Amino acid sequence: MLAYIIRRVAQSALVLLVVGLAAFSMFRFVGDPVENMLGQERTAADIERLREQLGLDQNFVVQYYKFLEGAVQGNFGVSYRQGRPVAEILIERAPATLELAAVSGVLAILFGIALGVFTAIRRDGWVANGIMSASLIGVSLPTFLIGILLIYIFSVELGWLPSFGRGETVQVGNWSTGFLTSSGLKALVLPSITLGLYQMTLIMRLVRSEMLEVLRQDYIRFARARGLRSRAINFRHALKNTMVPVITVIGLQVGSIIAFAIITETVFQWPGVGLLFINAVQFVDIPVMAAYLMLISVMFVSINLIVDMLYFLIDPRLRLDRAGGH
Amino acid sequence: MKLTTALTMTAMLLTTAAPLSAETLRWARSGDALTLDPHAQNEGPTHTIRHQMYEPLIIRDVTGAFVPTLATDWAPKADDPNVWVFNLREGVKFHDGADFTAEDVVFSFNRAKQPNSDMKELIGSITEVRAVDDFTVEIVTDGPNPILPSNLTNLFMMDKGWTEANNTVDVQDFEGGEITHATLNVNGTGPYTLTSREPDVKTVMTRNENYWGINDFPMEVSEIVYTPIQNAATRVAAMLSGEIDFLQDMPVQDLERVNAADGLVVKQAPQNRVIFFGMNQGADDIEADNIDGKNPLADVRVRKAMSMAINRDAIKQVVMRGQSQPAGMIAPPFVNGWTAEMDAESSTDIEGAKALMEEAGYADGFSIRLDCPNDRYVNDEGICQAAVGMLGQIGVTVNLDAKPKAQHFPLITDGSTDFYMLGWGVPTYDSEYVFNFLVHGREEEIGTWNGTGFNDADLNAKIKSLASNTDLEARNADIASIWRTVQDEALYIPIHHQVLNWGMAENVGIEVDAEDQPKVKFFTMK
Amino acid sequence: MTDTSHKSDAEIIAPKLAEKSRLRVFLDSDIFYAFRRSPVAVVSTVVVLILVLSAVFAPLVAPTNPFDPSSLNLMNGFSSPMQPNAFTGDTFLLGTDDQGRDVFSTILYGMRVSLFVGVAAVLLAMVLGITLGLISGYVGGWTETIIMRVADVQLTFPSILIAMLIFGVAKGFTPVEYRDQMAIWVLILAIGLSDWVQFARVVRGATLVEKRKEYVEAARLIGRTPFAIMLRHILPNVLSPVLVIATISLALAIIAEATLSFLGVGAPATQPSLGTLIRIGQGYLFSGEWWILLFPAVTLLMLALSVNLLGDWLRDALNPRLR
Repeated sequence: MLAYIIRRVAQSALVLLVVGLAAFSMFRFVGDPVENMLGQERTAADIERLREQLGLDQNFVVQYYKFLEGAVQGNFGVSYRQGRPVAEILIERAPATLELAAVSGVLAILFGIALGVFTAIRRDGWVANGIMSASLIGVSLPTFLIGILLIYIFSVELGWLPSFGRGETVQVGNWSTGFLTSSGLKALVLPSITLGLYQMTLIMRLVRSEMLEVLRQDYIRFARARGLRSRAINFRHALKNTMVPVITVIGLQVGSIIAFAIITETVFQWPGVGLLFINAVQFVDIPVMAAYLMLISVMFVSINLIVDMLYFLIDPRLRLDRAGGH
Repeated sequence: MKLTTALTMTAMLLTTAAPLSAETLRWARSGDALTLDPHAQNEGPTHTIRHQMYEPLIIRDVTGAFVPTLATDWAPKADDPNVWVFNLREGVKFHDGADFTAEDVVFSFNRAKQPNSDMKELIGSITEVRAVDDFTVEIVTDGPNPILPSNLTNLFMMDKGWTEANNTVDVQDFEGGEITHATLNVNGTGPYTLTSREPDVKTVMTRNENYWGINDFPMEVSEIVYTPIQNAATRVAAMLSGEIDFLQDMPVQDLERVNAADGLVVKQAPQNRVIFFGMNQGADDIEADNIDGKNPLADVRVRKAMSMAINRDAIKQVVMRGQSQPAGMIAPPFVNGWTAEMDAESSTDIEGAKALMEEAGYADGFSIRLDCPNDRYVNDEGICQAAVGMLGQIGVTVNLDAKPKAQHFPLITDGSTDFYMLGWGVPTYDSEYVFNFLVHGREEEIGTWNGTGFNDADLNAKIKSLASNTDLEARNADIASIWRTVQDEALYIPIHHQVLNWGMAENVGIEVDAEDQPKVKFFTMK
Repeated sequence: MTDTSHKSDAEIIAPKLAEKSRLRVFLDSDIFYAFRRSPVAVVSTVVVLILVLSAVFAPLVAPTNPFDPSSLNLMNGFSSPMQPNAFTGDTFLLGTDDQGRDVFSTILYGMRVSLFVGVAAVLLAMVLGITLGLISGYVGGWTETIIMRVADVQLTFPSILIAMLIFGVAKGFTPVEYRDQMAIWVLILAIGLSDWVQFARVVRGATLVEKRKEYVEAARLIGRTPFAIMLRHILPNVLSPVLVIATISLALAIIAEATLSFLGVGAPATQPSLGTLIRIGQGYLFSGEWWILLFPAVTLLMLALSVNLLGDWLRDALNPRLR
């Protein structure tokens, strides 16, 4: 057991190193930060001085090593664009993204499960088929377009909801929240729908197919034969049994929600880490880009690790399969 | 030289205020200020935010004329051409209540000359600043500098005592990632005080009720809420849905819609920025074309033909939606040295261009790569795309490579592009600035943005002599002759002068200024 | 298919024949019957066919060639659909965009780019996924651990980030003079590489099941190489789930390309894909030039939706338990 855990942690660390290297090498090519940092009047000497100051004149390996060294200590350097420590900016921006992701996730799960169950039970009904087809429209248009269309309809034409930003936020300790003001809650509506739509479709379709699968099982047929009410069958037995794969998928989708927040945040000027990342790409703010990618990888690798550990604890048989036994 | 009438304030400024109103101005544009330290970054949007809270000795009004601010008047010293004398405004207080005196001016100039300062190039000719008395300073330059005041309009004054107390005597080392008290805090003399700031998210400013000019300017906005909105469509949506009152960086295609919307207006004015293409004519052979051993761009006939292929009116009409003024020279009309005749020298003549190409031996044309930014100027990529089509008509096959400015500009400054787009603004309103950067041959400290490979010793000498030429008539004659060479050599292909558009709610009253730097103290709120 | 697990001796001895028969079984099975019975499947297939054909034959169908800049007249810009342009008097079926390009022609050519990127990316993902899936399932051991570990991580790592990463790195390594043409290939690489995991997982699972079966043992006994066994015996058995995944991936790849182009790493504006057209068009949503956005968006929607519906139907049809 311990050996297994150690091996998995080591593998994860290796993965992080590789992601870090890939991320870091990417930034070498997205442009020259020096150009953005100096004004129209700068001279060749200024450029040289600045490159030296930023360590950009050193070779790639040295730069990468320095970056890793700092990253381990939670020091991601200083943002070229904002002139502040990257860690500080990330902490400041994280609540916006996490709140948006949480609301989108909850919306996606609630509506996804409800609609999934509905379409499974009414498998051949008109409404269910309509919902199934409509859900495909949601995944057949790019997210940014859906966001802009929502802004057009609900902000510009109807004037019901704000088109950008978080509204008024309240500072609770280090956490700025939009949950406590009406403008904050209003501002959440459009972005969270935009962000959650894809995941909702995914969950709905998964729940539906799992339900259909389970409903065919013998014990469900048996329960039906015994005369149990269909409500009890559908929810107490069938839905409960679909939850394991659904929860697994939801776990894996957490990452996607955070990543797709990049697009949603850009469209709605939502001041989270995704917008920060896109700004960083435009300004070639290497420390911010690197920190963001490392943060995301750490998150994903940990989720993976936790899921694996859970599997291991719950069902040792799975370990054989996952480790490739045959 | 004499500076007298330029100092009179416009009538608008003199209308004394009605009882001060409580009006919030919700203001948006595409980006945010980089830092609040007055000397750490020399960049437009950053200066714009500072202008609400800090003040220089002089500012420009919407026409580009000087307006006395912390200085009431200034003139070269009668017996020494190397010295300018500035008389300071009396009774001015910083936000924290400290008095503004000559000592603060001396301190601020010295601070702006520190190595970390991004403003030091603009005042490079200044050797000493000394206080004569509490309200008079003398600025000494290394030679006669007739255009010194032009360089001071973004040079903000800080309180010596405050910086000392808060350990910010040194300019923030922006590139080195330093943060000082001055990065996020402000103690200026300006009309607004800083209430709160989250970089890239929101900045709130409140009216300074003790401002020296509170009765001289409208000052009708009591609170400013400034939000950057990056995505163009979202920016316009915010304006249309009434979530903001004042918008900069408006996409040209949305002007009509905003103007037609209830309660919104768009105001416009020519901007101090010209857009053009540069061509590498210095090299014997260039990489980006398909002709070996020869550089077609080295032939002035080819350069002229390419310029003649560009239909500037069509670009204005379609790509820019009328929001540009076709250009014939690479200086904005505000600039000393600009002439209407030269600015009209570009014409479209496809047949003539083809004839020139044939004469130069390129009847079959050639192919070349055009490097273009896609996030810097108004519809920059669209202009390049249109140029691709137009040049195609004279046989020049252009491969367009459009990319973010962070990748584009290094190509120009390190000389690895042979055909590129560039835009240029002239903060000093004088041709010397253009020549120094774009016409003088490339050297360590001069000609840094000249990616054309053009390098003419006689012209270089003439450009250098402009700096200390106090005989304005002779100086202007030199400027005119340098321009003549630039025009005859077809050094650049001028496209157009940009037009600025500000969107605002109907109750907001302000005129557009050419620097794209709104100063909220001039705003009226009906 | 339920009948594929029953192997006759003839199949083991003459695998070629067996493969053919399996293919025939696949085609003759209820699939076609089910297909004809499903209006959704028929309609989506017809729509996909029409779109694909008009994209492939765009040079014949389209009235103009929008990828030839010297043929464009800028003054035609922003013409409304079916209305003569105020300056030139030219009329365009679906109007023109900001560069005076005929929107109808641009959509056809743009769809070509989108489909090419989508299909090529899915093919890349498929080849990569099937190969790695077969190898890890058949070989096992360390090879498998490494491959599946990478797959695990990549599955949780969002595809757009992977694509941006690859785009960034590839752009850096590409010489400046080829960047223009390279954008499309880099897109294919980026989307393809971010999409192989699903294929690998499915193929590996099926391989683990298949390789324990008697006919594989038998083939091994008569001295067939692992390569031949994988290719001839195991691969055909995993084709139906692969087909389903490929269809759905195609729709996802087309959308992914559009998303990347919004983030500024898509097809160049001089040779726009549907995604690039939508990015350009969204700038004109408020200004009244609705056709620049609407027509490309509707085309993309029709394409992705019918591919998705087809994939959906295919999955249900190929899953005997749901019938």
